[in-house]
Formats: sequence, structure tokens, C-alpha cells
Amino acid sequence: MQPETQAVHLAHHFPSLRTQEQAARLGMWLFLATEVLLFGALFTAYSLYRYLFPHAFEGASALMHTSWGTANTLVLITSSLTVALGIHEVSRGRNRRATLYLLATLAFAVAFLVIKYFEYSHHIHEGQLPGRFYSFAELQVAGASMFFTLYFLMTGLHGLHVLIGMGVLAFLTVQVWRGRYGPGYYTPVELGGLYWHLVDLIWIFLFPLLYLI
Amino acid sequence: MPPSPPPSEAVYNRPNYLTADRGVWSWLVTLDHKRIGVMYLVLTTIGFALGGLFALIIRLELLTPGPTIIDAQTYNRMFTLHGVVMIFLFMIPAIPGIFGNFLLPLMLGAQDVAFPRINLLTVYLYLLGAGIALWGMIHGGADTGWTFYTPYSTTTTTKVAPILLGAFILGLGSILTGINFIVTIHTLRAPGLTWMRLPLFVWAIYATSVIQVLATPVLGMTLLLVAIESVFGFGIFDPGRGGDPVLFQHLFWFYSHPAVYIMILPAMAVVSEVVQAFARKNMFGYKAVAYSSLGIAFVGFFTWGHHLFTSGQSAFNAGIFGILSMFVGLFTAIKVFNWTATLYKGAIQFSAPFVYFCGFLFFLVFGGMTGIALATVSLDVHWQDTYFVVAHFHFIMVGGTIMAFLAAVHYWWPKMFGRMYSERWALVAAGLIILGFNATFIPQFLLGNMGMPRRYYSFPERFWPLNVASTAGASLLAFGFLIVLVYLVVSLAWGRVAGPNPWDSRGYEWDTPSPPNKENFPGTPVITHGPHEYQDTEDGGAGSEVTHAA
Repeated sequence: MQPETQAVHLAHHFPSLRTQEQAARLGMWLFLATEVLLFGALFTAYSLYRYLFPHAFEGASALMHTSWGTANTLVLITSSLTVALGIHEVSRGRNRRATLYLLATLAFAVAFLVIKYFEYSHHIHEGQLPGRFYSFAELQVAGASMFFTLYFLMTGLHGLHVLIGMGVLAFLTVQVWRGRYGPGYYTPVELGGLYWHLVDLIWIFLFPLLYLI
Repeated sequence: MPPSPPPSEAVYNRPNYLTADRGVWSWLVTLDHKRIGVMYLVLTTIGFALGGLFALIIRLELLTPGPTIIDAQTYNRMFTLHGVVMIFLFMIPAIPGIFGNFLLPLMLGAQDVAFPRINLLTVYLYLLGAGIALWGMIHGGADTGWTFYTPYSTTTTTKVAPILLGAFILGLGSILTGINFIVTIHTLRAPGLTWMRLPLFVWAIYATSVIQVLATPVLGMTLLLVAIESVFGFGIFDPGRGGDPVLFQHLFWFYSHPAVYIMILPAMAVVSEVVQAFARKNMFGYKAVAYSSLGIAFVGFFTWGHHLFTSGQSAFNAGIFGILSMFVGLFTAIKVFNWTATLYKGAIQFSAPFVYFCGFLFFLVFGGMTGIALATVSLDVHWQDTYFVVAHFHFIMVGGTIMAFLAAVHYWWPKMFGRMYSERWALVAAGLIILGFNATFIPQFLLGNMGMPRRYYSFPERFWPLNVASTAGASLLAFGFLIVLVYLVVSLAWGRVAGPNPWDSRGYEWDTPSPPNKENFPGTPVITHGPHEYQDTEDGGAGSEVTHAA
């Protein structure tokens, strides 16, 4: 099936499938760079406000449930492993196993969001909220509300990326299951995996900044 | 060597990319980069007309010291809309969207850009972003200026959020265009087209795309933060809740200063092509011009602080940013010297594109030198937020980018539509525009130096005469643009058939019929020589390797 798959996937304006794959990969890496810069603005804001309100940020950070954060970190890192294994299996033509790995990735993503949901409800219940909504009585210092502004903006944007990533992975899972991709052509799966790794990577920076320090 | 007149039996290529498919639907779903370029031409021209209309309203209001035609609140909205529309709907998308799309694959010997569907998507993002922003403008507009400075922008009662959202979507389109062009240049160069054989247009568009990709996301996030702040009050820029409004200025200018190079680098791209074609000479110092584009893109990321000289920045920071800003002048000067050196002993053809080139050179140097002056901290403190700054960036943006835009339109019009416009009217219009432009903005330099602040609704009587001069100049400018629009539209139906290469240019893109076919090339072209190699054509040595030194 290899040559036909390749012919089906080759767009008219590319001289070869190899060039087309190269182009897609380069495009994806550039897109990931824009994502890093998108988050970069928030990381900049975080550094500034941490510098301005070191004690408030320490106090607010202590309110975070490190165990939940750790659990989520483990969940996401494992999901990165399963997506990588999924890509590997597609490249070997074992689409059934690849489908299972991708489904596992999706399950981890759901687990991440469920844990996040419990965390969010806890913060909302306690009044640990951004800006003018902040009403947590036990930590009333200037800058504490800013921590939660940043917490919700950063994890919220990250959560949105998790959702988008889930959509992408769900689409790819169906395609892999239908045998649309195989050893001859699996670039879209690879690119979906790259995106998922980025989502993971951003969390790896968010976790220590918001929970540990 | 005098330019050879186009042969009278010039053929209008048919069927071409315009006529190959018929019907509105074929345009709405087209993946052809040439058609997408034409759609950008129509859309950005509408944007330009809208922004120009707002500018005329501003100038009419400033005709007299007190209220003239609109009230103060409407005036605030007008200058905001003028800035937003001109920057996001015209300056940033125009040259890359129109000429980048149309020419890049033709210059690279490719059949299309790398991601044609994403390319079409950017057109719809443009429409969506412009639509949302226009909706916001009709329902009240914003009165913050295009810079959306906090905390005012988060507390004003005008409709800031839809305009911010519109700009965010337009930014997304800009990012996707940038990614598309970078990937196209990396992967779709025809066999034999090495980096050192790339047309200089491509080099500058490449540099532009790098800025678009790396700077725009930060603006996107910043605009989103302002929108969130103004709707929900999260306090991120609100000093009352520990927020820092100056952080907004940093984030905003981290994009918006490089963004001026998103506007001027494509202009430099155009000019590098025009000067070679109309002086009939190879670029003097090809590598210097190519690398200086990358230099501007690079150093442009480290200059944003010069917008914050009066925002409580330390003197040390201000000094560093001032010096870094002057580096831009250095790279620009490299280009200017190379362009003028290219003219030396050239066979100059004084057609409309060349007239615009001359205008460009004058305005760029004049506007650039005032920019160097503004980068000097002690001078900037005097000129900050006066009409001097307004005149400075209009010299670069309008004088630079619009001149180059018009040069590009006049140079590539016969390629895009296969017909020539009236050369006589083109020269008349060019003269009017250059004259009108000077009449509009030179008085503003003087006003700014006299201390007239920007964005003020009324002014003392001593500023009156120069304001009248500026408004008169603006009307002349508008009249000039109108003439251009008329003769270009007329030429579409009644213009003389141009033939494949009316300028006798040796740019790669002219090796196609005019208008080009739907499929750019019958097969994959093989490039055996650099672009614009005029010197070697005499002895038929076009196929030989040529060094690009003069």
C-alpha cells in the first residue's frame, strides 16, 4: 500500500513527498515558536509581578495543592510518552496498536482536565480568584490577587491548548484507525505529536512557577 | 542601452489565471496564490480608502483651532480608527499579501506557496478580523488611539474589546502568512536557485516574515489581556490592584516596534527590484542589501524601549535602547547607499515606478534621519508626543511604504493584469502625490517642533497657518490617489496590451506570460543565472555565473 498512500498525499505544487513533509515539519516548528511567544508574554508578566510582590506570591503559591499539580505533571508526561509510542507504531505500520496508544493519550488528557476541574472549583470555592473577584480572607496582601490572575490566565490558556490538542489527537486517532496513515506517510501524526509535546512542555514550566516556588 | 519599446504585436495571454475558472465561487475557494494576491489587492485598497477617509476627517477638523466639523469625542474615535485601519488593514498586510503572494512563487520557480489552503484561510481571517473591528467601529468605535495604552483603554466606555479582537484575528492571519512564506522560501526554490541567486525582494520578504512570526504572538496575547482586563477587571494592568500599566507598554512595543519593520521591509523589497529594473543594472552589493534586511529584522527586536523614554525608564536603559535604535539606521543606510550606487552609470528609464522610487528614497532618508534624532534621548524628551513624531512616522510609513506600494503597483500591474495604464496620468499622479505628501507632513514637523501635541482636538491660533497648509496638502494627496485609482481601473478594460515583459526586466517573474497562466510553469524551471543580470546579456552570457559586485 505504500506507493499509493504516497501518491494520494502528494500535493500538486511539491516536487516530492519528502519536500512536502519537510515543509510541513518546518511550518509546524515555526507555529510552535509562535506558541512559545504567545505564552512568553504571560511568563514576562509573571516574572515582573513576582519581582514586585515576592512575599504575596510565596504566600499564594503555598495555597496551591502540590499533590494535584504533581499528579497532573505525571499524567501529562506519561501522555507525551504514549503519543510518541503511537507515532512509532504508525511508522511501523501497526495501526491497531497506534490507535490504542493515541486513545491512551486522550484518556490522560481527560484525566488532566478532570484534576484541573477539581483544582479550579476549590479555588473558586475559597475565593482565590483573579483581580476584583479575589475574596480569600486569610491572605489579604497586595499582589495576592495578581498571583491568581496569572494562575488562571496561564493555566486557562494552557487548558485551552489541551482541549485543542485533544481535538487534533481525536481526529488523528480516527484517521490512524482507518488506515489513512502508514509507514509511507505519517507526517500529520508526527505534527500532532509535536504539538502535544509543546503542550506538555509548557506545563513543565508552569508547574514549578505556580506550585513549587 | 535605451529601454526597448514593447512590441506592438504584444499578446494578451489567454486563458490566464484570471479567466481559467469563472464565477464568484471559483474566487471564493481558489487556492491560487495569484488570485489570493488579487483579492488582497482589492481588500487592502478598500482598507486604505477607509483609513484615508478617516485621515481626511481629522485634517478637516484641524482646519480651524476650535470645533470645525465633528465634536471632540468623534475626533478621538477618528484618529483611533485611522491608526487601526491603516496599520492592521493596510500597512501590515498590503505588500506581503498582494505582491508577496503573487510574486514569491513566480520568483522561486514554484507552482504555489507551501500551504495554499492556509493562504486562503488568511484572506478569510482578514475579512473576519476586519468585520469584527468594523462592527466595533460602527457601534461606538474606540477613543484610545491605535496604541490602546492602559489604564485608559481598560476603563474607557467605548467599544474597545471588538476592535482588539479584530486586531487579534488579523494578527493570526499575519502570523500564518509569515510561516507560509518562510516555509515556501526554504522548501520550494526551483533547482539551481541558490540563496545567493534569490531576488532581493525574496530576501526582504523573508526578513519580514521572521518578524511577523516572532513578534505578532506577543501582540496577540497583549491585546487579549487588555480585552480581558476591560471586560472582567482581572487587574493585570490596573495599578489599583497592583498591576503595572508600563508592562503593557513594554509588551505592546515589543511587537509594535518590529511591526514598523513589517511595514518598511516589504517596501525595501519592492524598491530593490524596481531600482535594478529601471536602472538596468545589477544591484551594487547584492549581499549587503540581502543581509541588511536580516540585520533590520534582528536588531528591530531590541529597540522597543525607545517608545518608553518618558515612561519612567532608567537613563541607562534609555541610552542602550537609543543606541540600538540607531543600528537600524545603519542597516538602512547600507541599503540606501547600495540603491543609489546601483543608479551610477545605469540606463535609467524614468517611468512611474522609478519616480516613486525617487520619492521613496527622499522620504526614507528624511524620515530616517528624523528617526535618528528621535532615538537621541535628550531630543526625544522635547518631541515626545508632538506632531514631530507624527510627521516622522508618516514620512517613513506613508512616504516610505506608500511610495513603494505605488511603485510595486505600477511595476507589476502589467504582469498581474496584462495591460498598461496611461503613463502620462501616472506621472501626473506621482507628481501630485509627492507634492501633496510634502505639503501635508513638512508643516507637521514644524508644528511638532513648535510644541503642538498630537491627538489634540483644538490648538492655539499661532498653529493655525501650518495646519491649513497640512490640510491642503492632505486634499492634494487624496486627489492624487483618486487619479491613480481611476486610470488603473480604466486600464483593466481599455489599457494597451502589455505583453510578457513591457519593462524588459530580467527579474525571474517576467519570464512568464502576462497575465500568467493558472499553472505558473509548464514544468519545473531550472535557474541558471542570478536575477537582474543585465550586464551579461550583451555577449549572451546569461547562463554564466556572475559575481554581484559592480
